[in-house]
Amino acid sequence: MAHAALTDINLVIPDGQFIGLIGHTGSGKSTLVQHLNGLLKPTDGVIYYNGADINGDGFDKKELRGKVGLVFQYPEHQLFEIDVFTDVCFGPKNLGLDRKEVELRAYAALKQVGLEDEYFYQSPFDLSGGQKRRAAIAGVLAMKPEVLILDEPTAGLDPKGRDEILDQIAGLREETGMTVILVSHSMEDVAKYVDRIIVMNKSRVMMDDEPGAVFRRYRELEEVGLAAPQITYIMHALREKGLAVDTDITSVEEARDAILHALAAQGRQDRGVGGSPC
Amino acid sequence: MLRDITLGQYYQTESVVHRLDPRVKLVTTIAFIVSLFVVDNIAGYALAGLFLFLVIRLSKVPVKFMMRGMKSIAFLLVVAVVFNLFLTQGEVVVSFWKLRITKEGIYYAGFMAVRLVFLIMGSSVMTLTTTPNHLTDGLEKLLNPLKALKVPVHEISMMMSIALRFIPILLEETDKIMKAQIARGADFESGNLLRRVKSMVPLLVPLFISAFRRANDLATAMEARCYRGGEHRTKMKPLVYQRRDYAAYGIVCVYLALCAVIGNILF
Repeated sequence: MAHAALTDINLVIPDGQFIGLIGHTGSGKSTLVQHLNGLLKPTDGVIYYNGADINGDGFDKKELRGKVGLVFQYPEHQLFEIDVFTDVCFGPKNLGLDRKEVELRAYAALKQVGLEDEYFYQSPFDLSGGQKRRAAIAGVLAMKPEVLILDEPTAGLDPKGRDEILDQIAGLREETGMTVILVSHSMEDVAKYVDRIIVMNKSRVMMDDEPGAVFRRYRELEEVGLAAPQITYIMHALREKGLAVDTDITSVEEARDAILHALAAQGRQDRGVGGSPC
Repeated sequence: MLRDITLGQYYQTESVVHRLDPRVKLVTTIAFIVSLFVVDNIAGYALAGLFLFLVIRLSKVPVKFMMRGMKSIAFLLVVAVVFNLFLTQGEVVVSFWKLRITKEGIYYAGFMAVRLVFLIMGSSVMTLTTTPNHLTDGLEKLLNPLKALKVPVHEISMMMSIALRFIPILLEETDKIMKAQIARGADFESGNLLRRVKSMVPLLVPLFISAFRRANDLATAMEARCYRGGEHRTKMKPLVYQRRDYAAYGIVCVYLALCAVIGNILF
């Protein structure tokens, strides 16, 4: 028998949480998310959505896929219509909604991902990489999912495009309050946004905690070929040099404030004992 | 889902048959098929069966794998046997209702079945012991004389190997696209024929676009390495006949001669 892609996974995903699912290529993260909307069936074990077994008899998988929206890594794998707007309509149309509702949802979804009106009636294949990705996300958002799963939404984007997409997703989540699961292999991507990080390694869950607690174990992360965000390393290095900063900080802005604060405190201390401020 | 489909049924193992030049295997297979239609009596089929049996033993491929090919022709086999059994005129052996089974019918039905089974097994030995790439290589070499008639032999075989090479990639891609569309509520399984055909559009459009993109990339990569067709092109592993290949040709000649003698003259 082939080896199991996932072993011993026990997760509870509460409503409204923003989760980062991190792992190396082949760690099983993509396989895991494909179980969540019933694309893959577990050989053993159960998945419950709002208390109902999704692989149970009489469970409507199609409805589930409307509730648990999964956006795959490559937008090229799903865009097919003659224009962006029609393509985004595909999802809600499959849910059996009437035309007006379908178009309203498509319009709202395209607005939510920040695609301008000028792109609506262009061929999806003429868009840039970042815009294609937005169109693909809108295609799933238009189904009004309660849970949005994004598989490597930043793959192949330049740093600016990456930040834009991630900001957009974070804003979207603020706005709608839906549960978001962000699959990535980069801590840098998720550190700034998520409430909880699940680290996958060799088909198992290795860590499942809030970002600060996960990054504190950065040496373990390194052992499995992952890394904490650069800012974690800087804060730890500063701490070792004797600057009293909080090492759990995950964003550059927080780090700047903390460093300035610590320096000021140190300056006061130094003046207090009569030393030079520099 | 789709990834379970295995294409090309090469069975990896070490054997004399595996090592043979693909040209030898192609010629032998054709010769074997011809022999099946030349022989006309039990002794001839026994000889063909013996030859096949020995080759299978030499190839070290489990008979189980050979049998797999049978499934696909089971229906054809049944039809052929039934028609021959009931529709052949001659000396009646059993008759009930309007159906008659004749002595000649049994005879022809038996031969037809044996012929079909041998045919499939013979060609499976070739595909099981030769990688698809080797096969196209062999075919290119064999068809080389046709170049004199301006047949683009090299180009045809290159196209064949590229097509074979891309089948697994496109299968994997199909699987991914299908999943992406199912995640958007697409339904590929239910509905009448028209609906099902229409439901293929979201699958086929991305697939074709990706195939064209890949073809384009491949063409660029080939051009970047100065590929310009078969002219003056040399091979890293050219096909050269070894002693075992000549020996195999010898055996095939003897087999064909025996078939001609036993299968027709002696009865």
